[in-house]
Amino acid sequence: MSDAAQTSKPRGLNINWRYIWYQISRSPLMMIGSSIIAIVLILVIFAPLFATHDPNAISLRERLAPPSWDHFFGTDEVGRDLYSRILYGGQQSIAVGFFVVVLAGGIGTLLGAFSGLVGGRLDTAIMRLMDVVLSVPSLVLVLALAAALGPSLQNAALAIAIVRIPFYVRLARGQTLLVREMAYVTAAETFHAKKRHILRWHILPNIMSPILVQTTLDLGNTILLASALSFIGLGAQQPTAEWGAMVATGRNYILDQWWYSAFPGFAILITATAFNLFGDGLRDILDPKQKAR
Amino acid sequence: MSNHVMQLNDVHVRFPIGANWLGRPKGFVHALNGVDLTVRRGKTLGIVGESGCGKSTLAQVLMGILNPTEGRFSSTADKEAGVQIVFQDPQSSLNARMPIWRVITEPVFARKRTSVAELRNIAVELARQVGLREEVLDRHPHEFSGGQRQRIAIARALSSDPDIIVLDEPTSALDISIQAQILNLLTELQQARGITYIFISHDISVVRYLCDEVAVMYLGQVVEKGPVEDVLGAPQHPYTSLLLESVPTMGVAGDFGQPLTNTDLPSNRNLPPHCYFLDRCTFAGSECRQAQSLSPVGGEKDHVARCVRATSGDLNMREGKENGAC
Amino acid sequence: MSDAVLQIEGLEIQFPGFAGAVHAVSGVDIEVGAGEIVGIVGESGSAKSVTAMSALRLLPKGAFDMPSGKITLLGKDLATITETEMNEMRGRDVAMIFQEPQTALNPTKKIGKQMIKVIELHTELKGKAAKDHALSLLRDMRINDAEEILDRYPFELSGGMRQRILIGMAFACSPRLLVADEPTTALDVTVQRQVLQLLHHKARQTGASVLFISHDLAVVNQFCDRVYVMYAGRVIESGKTADALGSPAHPYTQALIEALPEHAKKGEALSSIDGTVPNLVKPPTGCAFEARCTKSIEKCIQRPALKPIAADKRQVACWLKEAQNV
Repeated sequence: MSDAAQTSKPRGLNINWRYIWYQISRSPLMMIGSSIIAIVLILVIFAPLFATHDPNAISLRERLAPPSWDHFFGTDEVGRDLYSRILYGGQQSIAVGFFVVVLAGGIGTLLGAFSGLVGGRLDTAIMRLMDVVLSVPSLVLVLALAAALGPSLQNAALAIAIVRIPFYVRLARGQTLLVREMAYVTAAETFHAKKRHILRWHILPNIMSPILVQTTLDLGNTILLASALSFIGLGAQQPTAEWGAMVATGRNYILDQWWYSAFPGFAILITATAFNLFGDGLRDILDPKQKAR
Repeated sequence: MSNHVMQLNDVHVRFPIGANWLGRPKGFVHALNGVDLTVRRGKTLGIVGESGCGKSTLAQVLMGILNPTEGRFSSTADKEAGVQIVFQDPQSSLNARMPIWRVITEPVFARKRTSVAELRNIAVELARQVGLREEVLDRHPHEFSGGQRQRIAIARALSSDPDIIVLDEPTSALDISIQAQILNLLTELQQARGITYIFISHDISVVRYLCDEVAVMYLGQVVEKGPVEDVLGAPQHPYTSLLLESVPTMGVAGDFGQPLTNTDLPSNRNLPPHCYFLDRCTFAGSECRQAQSLSPVGGEKDHVARCVRATSGDLNMREGKENGAC
Repeated sequence: MSDAVLQIEGLEIQFPGFAGAVHAVSGVDIEVGAGEIVGIVGESGSAKSVTAMSALRLLPKGAFDMPSGKITLLGKDLATITETEMNEMRGRDVAMIFQEPQTALNPTKKIGKQMIKVIELHTELKGKAAKDHALSLLRDMRINDAEEILDRYPFELSGGMRQRILIGMAFACSPRLLVADEPTTALDVTVQRQVLQLLHHKARQTGASVLFISHDLAVVNQFCDRVYVMYAGRVIESGKTADALGSPAHPYTQALIEALPEHAKKGEALSSIDGTVPNLVKPPTGCAFEARCTKSIEKCIQRPALKPIAADKRQVACWLKEAQNV
């Protein structure tokens, strides 16, 4: 078994695009996930190109109009085009997602890797602190933080990022403990390399794969969480278009004007799902062993 | 200048296990139990033994990353980079994220920020010495076969210009045809640079081929040591003989008569008060109920064994064997 | 031959991969007679394990293609039998031992429970009788305190002990064929000797055939009656062990044996085989060893067939031998 497996085994992030494409093409879910992400990102980033109306243009004559050729997804209570608002609103939601994973992922990874590498009392102290944060249900903590910081999308993002940090710390520390046992780290110890060198040179590059997977999975969750905060009024404020906020206002009209909350809700659903599919697929690609067995 | 580069006197290493409510350890794992060794400049010292004999702990002591719990370890090698190591498993010993010119020059870079051009020059020169082509320097470790990876690991060990290289089973993960290439490379490098090797292995035939001196270890002690021809040619300690007999060879097929009965080591938590090999020894007598010390064999002062019966001339191995087996 | 326990004819196996299909096995014929101990020896990439696994239909479904080949196990064509029949055969008539003894035992269940379950599943014995059978199997494996071992968990035992237990379990239902894939590679030499002795003994005693896969020439030399030497997915030489390894006819086998340090004198360079194993995504159309062979002739760009050169199933796949015979 091992005999044959050895001949084609590009590993990790030393990027071989052909190999990555080969893997993606073999996993239908990954294909679907990455296609949706690509479409969503293009639509959202180039929203001005695809939008049919100004997202904030009020037209009381056309308020709460059902989907039509003029307004693909209908309009809201002040006659704004929902299709265009969803495109622009996606900018907010996805920006929050990336902001959170970059901030939480970056800080959490560094802290976790550092903690795992130095070990001892400092490690114990850091991990106990993380345990305390983790022991509070994260939604409750996010609510408390967001409320304390004041209702705005930026503060909501910050609150989510703070709450997500311990997850990355734990993940990074666990991976660090594994990598630390590798022979190349022992080799670095024999020439008395500094801890900083070991961290930058060996630990960080080698713990990146699982963390990357975690961040993609987290993107979906964060978009959901940000929408939830906006939904209860702690996130984006009027008139900013944001998916969660749109679902929240649309809720008032759900019985008669279903399209108002259905389309933004669907945007949240499809984006979060796509990132989750992508993350799962990425895990398989970065860890081929898991799949082969 | 002395020709001794390293000296170990009665080195003990213990690891605490568990802890009671006061934080005191519940017990100890006794990894090394009084090791005496001398490493001579420019020579190759073989360390032979089976799992649990303390080889890897000894390697860590020799590399200066583990301090003896008891006893004295002295080395004339440079503290920072004087001792380097080549590991058994070429898969995990190279960081897969780095191109190999970075891997090879890591010991230089880690201690002193050096320009990329200079590092590359060093890498090119070392690659040439270990038989790698310059064009491959930008590739990553996974693109290489086991033998080539081991060449890369050797180049890395050489890059800080060490006095001593610890070779921890460097060929046991390699195919036979590749093993020969690596052993030849090691011999050439030693002749060219006068490096001292400490060669840790379980493979008797490789040790016989490569080493000048050999120390046989059992349960954290050296049970026999001396020049390779003496120790492996005329073994004195019963364990050394057992080890030699167990090695499969290409000669006439061995007899598969009576299987060995006991192959388990005594526990390293509670060391036996008597000779450590007593339970497995077919020659044991009443003198073996006490702790054994390393004593010269016959008139030779270099060849020593930790067996009172052998060193006092009481033990005639051949006779014992005829009585013991069958 | 009708008395063959296992017969593999013209086996070809490919693994689809990202760079193209890997032609792991290309045209292999292997036969194991009743009561015979047959070795397959080869370096990494020779597909010795893949060949043996395919004989027991153990390769993961969908991970490989088998464009051609016929496997006859205990007189049954594997292509015609169902998965259920195959499973029944694997438990009762065919047993396996693998390299890693820890992965073959369930770590959460006591040894006794696991052994008794296997015995109850595949034999008529139940309850007390099954336990007695387990005890007798362990005693046959020279396990003195068998009662106590039944009450232990796998992790409490040494690797050698676990491998002995697995061999004992493999013989629980008096199999007619035992496939042992590198069974002693993870063990120390003295333990290896014991395990090999016990395996040999038990096989001879019960009349079981053994297909023994190893990379270690010396182990195969001492253990097997007959041997197949594989290189790059092909059998290049076979015959009685004393003939095939004692006076090898194929340049690869010759070079491999010469590369063993056992035959080298200290200070002389070891003879090694230059180059590396061919890329099996594009397997050579001629002799697989041609590129590394020092004796290659013009004709070697065509693939030589495995042809008899003497009695006792002595075969070699080399144009040089063919030229001599004509």
